[in-house]
Amino acid sequence: MNDAGTNGSGPSENGSGNGVAGGLALIPRTDAKQTAKDFKTDQEVRWCPGCGDYAILAAVQSFLPELGLRRENIVFVSGIGCSSRFPYYMNTYGFHSIHGRAPAIATGLAAARPDLSVWVVTGDGDALSIGGNHLIHALRRNINLKILLFNNRIYGLTKGQYSPTSEVGKITKSTPMGSLDSPFNPISLALGAEASFVARTLDSDRKHLQSVLRAATEHKGTALVEIYQNCNIFNDGAFEPLKDPAVRDEVTIKLEHGQPIVFGADHEKGLRRSAAGGFEIASASSPDIVVHDAHNPDPSQAFALSRLDSPGFEHTPIGIFRQVSRPTYDELMREQIDEAVAQQGEGDLAALLGSGDTWLID
Amino acid sequence: MTKQVQQLDRVIIRFAGDSGDGMQLTGDRFTQETASFGNDLSTFPNFPAEIRAPAGTLPGVSSFQLHFADHDILTPGDAPNVLVAMNPAALMANIGDLPRGADLIVNIDEFTKRNLAKVGYATNPIEDDSLSAYRVYPVALTSMTVKALEEFDISKKDAERAKNMFALGLLSWLYHRPTDATVGFLEQKFAKKPEIMKANIAAFRAGWNYGETTEAFSVSYEVKPAKLESGHYRNITGNMALAYGLIAASRQSGLPLFLGSYPITPASDILHELSKHKRFGVRTFQAEDEIAGVGAALGASFGGALGVTTTSGPGMTLKSETIGLGVAVELPLIVCDIQRAGPSTGMPTKTEQADLLQALYGRNGEAPVPVIAPQSPNDCFTSAIEAARIAVKYRTPVILLSDGYLANGSEPWQIPDVTTLPKIEPGFTTTKTAESADEADEAFEPFKRDPNTLARPWAVPGTPGLEHRIGGLEKADGTGNISYDPNNHDLMVRLRQAKIDGIANDIPPLEPDDPRGPDGTGAKVLVLGWGSTYGAIAAAVRRVRKSGGQVAQAHLRHLNPFPANIAEVLKSYDRVLVPEINLGQLALLIKGKFLIDVISYNRVRGFPFKAEELAGVIQDVIDSE
Repeated sequence: MNDAGTNGSGPSENGSGNGVAGGLALIPRTDAKQTAKDFKTDQEVRWCPGCGDYAILAAVQSFLPELGLRRENIVFVSGIGCSSRFPYYMNTYGFHSIHGRAPAIATGLAAARPDLSVWVVTGDGDALSIGGNHLIHALRRNINLKILLFNNRIYGLTKGQYSPTSEVGKITKSTPMGSLDSPFNPISLALGAEASFVARTLDSDRKHLQSVLRAATEHKGTALVEIYQNCNIFNDGAFEPLKDPAVRDEVTIKLEHGQPIVFGADHEKGLRRSAAGGFEIASASSPDIVVHDAHNPDPSQAFALSRLDSPGFEHTPIGIFRQVSRPTYDELMREQIDEAVAQQGEGDLAALLGSGDTWLID
Repeated sequence: MTKQVQQLDRVIIRFAGDSGDGMQLTGDRFTQETASFGNDLSTFPNFPAEIRAPAGTLPGVSSFQLHFADHDILTPGDAPNVLVAMNPAALMANIGDLPRGADLIVNIDEFTKRNLAKVGYATNPIEDDSLSAYRVYPVALTSMTVKALEEFDISKKDAERAKNMFALGLLSWLYHRPTDATVGFLEQKFAKKPEIMKANIAAFRAGWNYGETTEAFSVSYEVKPAKLESGHYRNITGNMALAYGLIAASRQSGLPLFLGSYPITPASDILHELSKHKRFGVRTFQAEDEIAGVGAALGASFGGALGVTTTSGPGMTLKSETIGLGVAVELPLIVCDIQRAGPSTGMPTKTEQADLLQALYGRNGEAPVPVIAPQSPNDCFTSAIEAARIAVKYRTPVILLSDGYLANGSEPWQIPDVTTLPKIEPGFTTTKTAESADEADEAFEPFKRDPNTLARPWAVPGTPGLEHRIGGLEKADGTGNISYDPNNHDLMVRLRQAKIDGIANDIPPLEPDDPRGPDGTGAKVLVLGWGSTYGAIAAAVRRVRKSGGQVAQAHLRHLNPFPANIAEVLKSYDRVLVPEINLGQLALLIKGKFLIDVISYNRVRGFPFKAEELAGVIQDVIDSE
């Protein structure tokens, strides 16, 4: 049994207890040594030079070997958009599907095949606009999927229209006088959709990115990882404060489960609950600095953290907001089948066809 | 008193009442009694989309028609011989279908001033002479039921609700139906409410006894069992047969069944049925929407399952893009469209055949998909297996076009011997096609086709060495790499089309039913149909022949591709009549593909054709020579 909600224990508590993390328990492993090269295909990578996607691809390719999974049991499923070309560059099984629908396709695959490590690669338009419905339902169902949401706050492949994460007033080709609609906060959205694992990381911080991927992979159920990703053609510098060495430590709040939430170049600032119910910044030495509890069954604190985002990235939490254990859809589905077989025996086709009121004609 | 018993060769009964009166249940039970008695039968449930429309109103009327006979029959019958009307609304909604001289059993308790006014009867039709063309049996169904249940500890409302069982008992007596199964059914249905159970059984028996003792009914009727082919039988609806066919296809292929579906009338019963059969390893996934339903099915197919989605017209429209993806990635997928009246929401509980062109052409790009249409409730079983066979063998989505009439209608089904069902070979690719040792090191080519079927390899995740990527972008022939090469695209478009066209050589030829005339010649007129109109057309053809007309009938099960000999068959007749419950969609295909002129007959009323109506149309075509 996992004991989600206990303070102070590390992420490894999410494991299944047999030494293999919950999210990977049913996936065949290999002893053969793997390197990043094993996960590269012979296809020419066709993202724009300087795109943040390159960094994410390299981080994933160099991270996967440490899992020791059989390559043929890994599948990348994507929708449509720049990020969705990702599967073509991964030497695993891959399915480049249709706009917004990758979570649905991956859900069928993961439900049918518990022995696969299924990844969804999507973008802010793909996941939050045309595919918003599938995303929220995948999250609430908690099927064993890892969703990498590349958020560049712009439409790249269609050449620069605003996206559902673009800031209000965004001037783009389709909004010459500024966009009118309020953006989604993907972390808040995922938490509201009952996600069991919600994290945010950055394309340019490989170490942090890989640590989040590691935790996501070990998580049993749907994991949503928002990756701030720079589109240097249509929305360059969108996350600059988080990347600029001069200011990034001042504005980046690195969440670590079980640790007091402190930040700043000298760890001089911290977060405490405000009278209004959210968070406010206080001195790190303040006695009521909050300890981050990603395992808390109540998502309220994680939600309050997600609301710290500000248009100018004055203070932005990254890391794992929420990581709780609850049954996965695919596991419950298998249990029902096992239970039906245990109670009634394996299906007998002749008996099924001949069931109900029947009669004999001689 | 021994009552007179009259022999009949067939009877059509229609039960009609308020949505809350339990008419579908009553019809179902009468059907089961009739089936177990050994008559041939055909049923037609007809109900509103509203679950409980305001009581006593016309939109709330629900009916169930049953045709049973001592010989083989093909339709639920054109017009009822007996109408059971539980209230004035049921009478008003159905009286127009009742031929002169027919029997009319009415629940007079419901013919109150208020109920009559609700539907606009100025005077009580039971009391004026407006029903003089019929044999009217006014029966106090509600009050007699309540009286019969006085001794039970149930509410008056519950007692009144048992009036359908009283009616069922009366009709069961009137037609000599066996009653044990209904008693057993009630015992099971109300096992947790013993008092209600006993009351319903008592109401059922009271209805029977009333028939036997009252002087109102002096004659009862007997319809002898039909001489059907020997074997075990059960009664089955199209949706049930379709669900069983899918389970059978899963067994025959060894592929686990995965259903991704979103509830929609009239397809939902397939989801309900399949969700009961988890012991067969069936996974049913109620998705967040139609798109996710088909998406999950396609994802499961990618993983090596038998991926299926079930829907009706509006859902088909939503699934179009994913079906197109299935065409592009060439994976097996079964899409069951249980057609209903459209466009848009249309009439959800009414039948129609107007999704044919959508099934064939409702996708962007050149996206050919095999299309199969079952012709009777039974045939849904066979068609589901055939759809799976083609989907798996040719690595393609297949659309199965059933409809509301087949879905809910039922008929006796000779239970097949499972050892005679066809095997379906998944033919997974597990190794690179190493024809020589040199090729062993070459990359796996996911789009290198089988030269005979043009099907591509199906290598599922988990197969070492065959890792590959598929997607909706155009692929290079063989390697499957993304390709924008103009000639390659032209080639791939043609290959995908040729693969589907080639299925014509793998399906039975079209064989018209064309008995020679006395002078040894065949008919000059052919009636060509598809899908659920089979029964009505065949019954009409029988009538025409009985009255001396000569006519041939051919029925298409495969709508794409057509059987290889279709043009040859059509050209051997002077005239081809194509009746359809749409505005001429098959006719358009025949004219467009073969430059053969056909005569269309179209009615789009949400109802199946009547045999008499079609017989008249056929006779007119014969006479106009």
